[in-house]
Amino acid sequence: MSTADQHNAGRIGRRTLLGLGLSGLGVAAIASAAATVRFFFPKVLFEPPSVFVAGFPGDYRAGEVSERFKESNRVWVIKSREGALYAIEANCTHLGCTPAWFADEGNFKCPCHGTNFSVEGDVLAGPAPVPLYRLAIRLDGQGRLVIDKRIKENRPDKRNRPPFVLPDAGGAA
Amino acid sequence: MNAVRAVVALLTKSQLYRSLIRYGAPNDNRGRMLLILNNVFLHLHPVKLHPMGLRIRHTFCLGGITAFLFAILTVTGVLLMFYYVPDTGRAYDDMKDLAFAVPFGMFLRNLHRWSAHAMVLTVILHMARVFFTGAYRPPREFNWVVGVMLLVLTLLLSYTGYLLPWDQLAFWAVTVGTNMGAAAPVVGHNGPFAVAAVDNDIRFALIGGTEIGQNALLRFYVLHCVALPLVAVVLMGVHFWRVRKDGGLARPL
Repeated sequence: MSTADQHNAGRIGRRTLLGLGLSGLGVAAIASAAATVRFFFPKVLFEPPSVFVAGFPGDYRAGEVSERFKESNRVWVIKSREGALYAIEANCTHLGCTPAWFADEGNFKCPCHGTNFSVEGDVLAGPAPVPLYRLAIRLDGQGRLVIDKRIKENRPDKRNRPPFVLPDAGGAA
Repeated sequence: MNAVRAVVALLTKSQLYRSLIRYGAPNDNRGRMLLILNNVFLHLHPVKLHPMGLRIRHTFCLGGITAFLFAILTVTGVLLMFYYVPDTGRAYDDMKDLAFAVPFGMFLRNLHRWSAHAMVLTVILHMARVFFTGAYRPPREFNWVVGVMLLVLTLLLSYTGYLLPWDQLAFWAVTVGTNMGAAAPVVGHNGPFAVAAVDNDIRFALIGGTEIGQNALLRFYVLHCVALPLVAVVLMGVHFWRVRKDGGLARPL
């Protein structure tokens, strides 16, 4: 063993040191990139809450499409002639515009690309591929309607069952 | 006359002048070459051109017109930024103020708008010219790829600028456009094989929320005024440089 080898025994070589340094920089770069990606997903949103109270069942008349919560929450609350309550999200399933309710014609029409929907939410005409979504609707302890926009359904066999419909909610004024 | 000559001589011999203008007017090929090479603005231009590259029907100057429109858009865009605030409560009113209250505001806004429309057009015509003259073929094939990136950037600049007036047209056009992002496979919450929900998919990252609002306006503003132009300038530098390295303007190689 030469004197140089004795001198260097147990020490970190230049190559190893540079390798460690570069690996550290690489890890830092990846972590920074990941943090930057995460940065673009905000934790707090200043939007209307997805769960909201929509008055009492008695506030709605049978056969009426109420636009009370359309402006604030983008939701129509509908009471069928039989008194069952359901909520439809006012969000066109084509590309997300807000349809308008035409009471005289009894259907929803989207201004962007002209899809017509029935009062049930089914597509009558136009480019929308699927029916409008129904939202989960229930009563809270005080008998008020609570609509949850996070839970939605538009398949005909599922949307007419709880939690997407409140069968004869009483107070069918 | 002698007095004028003396003053000119005094000025041109001063250190200030000589540090700024190192060489006189070039009178030979070497001097003309050095003038181009030693100037930061002129050096983007090749020192020598093939006569064929100057024929108008070889290029119709479409790339040059596009670059010129980009310069107009940069200048008018920066001027518009002095009056426009990307706030949902103010944006539309600021746009109206630019149109009706700010001196020359209507002129600047319309210059920006029409230049933007024209730039999309000239980029497409430039691409068609390059295609029809076969100028995408080796060794220029990589520059075609850079050109495609610049085409996408031009469209993204056009699209992000579209939201800024914050009127009904802008709002719903961007609602529709970003919902197409929601239909992307895997990363969009409405697309096939979706793994993300409405509040963590790619559309959410783009508009900073589940619907078009303040975050979306601010994000599109920053993308439109800072991020996308920076990337475009870098890619334009690469694009022009490669034109020279790949054998110069439109001519058979």
